[in-house]
Amino acid sequence: MGQHTSLYQKHLDAGAKMVDFAGWNMPINYGSQIEEHQQVRTNAGVFDVSHMTVVDIFGPDANVFLRFLLSNDIAKLDKVGRALYSAMLNENGGVVDDLIVYRMENGFRIVVNCGTREKDLNWMAVQSKAFTVTIEEKPQLAILAIHGPASLEKVCQVLDQNRIAPVQALRNFRGVLLGDWFIARTGYTGEKGVEIIFPNKEAPAFWDKLLAAGVKPIGLGARDTLRLEAGMNLYGHDMDENTSPLAANMEQAISWEPQDRDFLGRQALLEHKKNQDAGNLSKLVGLVLEERGVLREGQRVVSNAGEGVITSGSFSPTLKHSIALARIPVNSQSCEVDLRGTLTPVRIVRPNFVRFGKKVFE
Amino acid sequence: MSNFPDNLKYASTHEWILVNEDGIATVGISDHAQEALGDIVFVELPESGTSVNAKDEVAVVESVKAASDIYSPVSGEIISANNNLTDAPETVNSVPYDGGWFYKIRLTNELELDELMDAEAYAEHVEEE
Repeated sequence: MGQHTSLYQKHLDAGAKMVDFAGWNMPINYGSQIEEHQQVRTNAGVFDVSHMTVVDIFGPDANVFLRFLLSNDIAKLDKVGRALYSAMLNENGGVVDDLIVYRMENGFRIVVNCGTREKDLNWMAVQSKAFTVTIEEKPQLAILAIHGPASLEKVCQVLDQNRIAPVQALRNFRGVLLGDWFIARTGYTGEKGVEIIFPNKEAPAFWDKLLAAGVKPIGLGARDTLRLEAGMNLYGHDMDENTSPLAANMEQAISWEPQDRDFLGRQALLEHKKNQDAGNLSKLVGLVLEERGVLREGQRVVSNAGEGVITSGSFSPTLKHSIALARIPVNSQSCEVDLRGTLTPVRIVRPNFVRFGKKVFE
Repeated sequence: MSNFPDNLKYASTHEWILVNEDGIATVGISDHAQEALGDIVFVELPESGTSVNAKDEVAVVESVKAASDIYSPVSGEIISANNNLTDAPETVNSVPYDGGWFYKIRLTNELELDELMDAEAYAEHVEEE
């Protein structure tokens, strides 16, 4: 028996097929993964992602500590509520985890992955020894992500009256704390929407209201195909502690300026950059297979410049063919994938396939 | 709960077979198999005229989750394949015993049918897996 979120019974009531996910009993789908995927691309869906780890960091040194701990620079968060995507790197420049950090009134809120919870908390504790900070996990909070073209409209239909205007005013990558509800325009699908971080005990009633407003429950299966179409990495698949963020299409999670900000992993990253410029570091690309067949994680990729591997692959319900993320030699011009014993040509594209319901690569 | 019609025979690898009086049988995959695979996105079917042996890999099903080989429950000659599945592979999910059939085969050894399970035995087999 795994851990349950506050919505466990709601998932069963909605007909969820439950699976173990890093020790949590979570819904993989409620019938059809493809229908749920389309629901988010065309209308609105809600994901229970309460298994993810919320950590609040505050105290006199919170600022300097996070500027040391994170590859991206929280100094960019010039206003309360703003959000930033970042990595935590180890001394070798490998990715300990990827995360979203929000500036709060009294410090920062970080959301890290579920499968890396213990490792991350230990890492933060060890790295914070020289700083006066408090690192506080918030297991009493649930997280719902509501995404899709109709998501904001439907969320506003069921929010408390006094929360509607502040939420309507939010721009992308901004959030607002309203009482003990933190609501932010962030997510993992390539559609607009919000993530709501709020008390576990209030989650079941709000879930019911969302469903009554026509928002459909979406399982972790569709969450994976949605993020893959959006070209977003999944920790432990597209990158891990032995992967440089430069080999994982994570440049946007690194802030090189100012040059005197000596964040964890910076020295190693500078070496990686030299290697990449010399053609010796792999890169993460998108692959497209327009004929029959499905690209899958672990399949071998053969390019003109050497061998690589698919790190995430699936059928794209929006595009109706298979797409993948793959790590291949940086100078690759063309490549083939070993599909069940047959080398099959695929196209190399920028790792971003679908945004706001539309194909975005050439 | 999966549904296993009584008029079919089942293989341990989750194919069903329906034998007609004329010695031609229809083959598909069970309700349990389609549910375990999840949404099916491609089906690769055998060509008509091919001779196959029991337990040969004759088709491939790709779902959002995985690729799976389909094994012929019996030996014989493939008479026809359900080409509707090329455009509508999700039919296997919605009606696995009806429009979701894979191919028709002319049996060459009816004794092989005795090695397959009836609905009750197959339900137990699924339970144990």
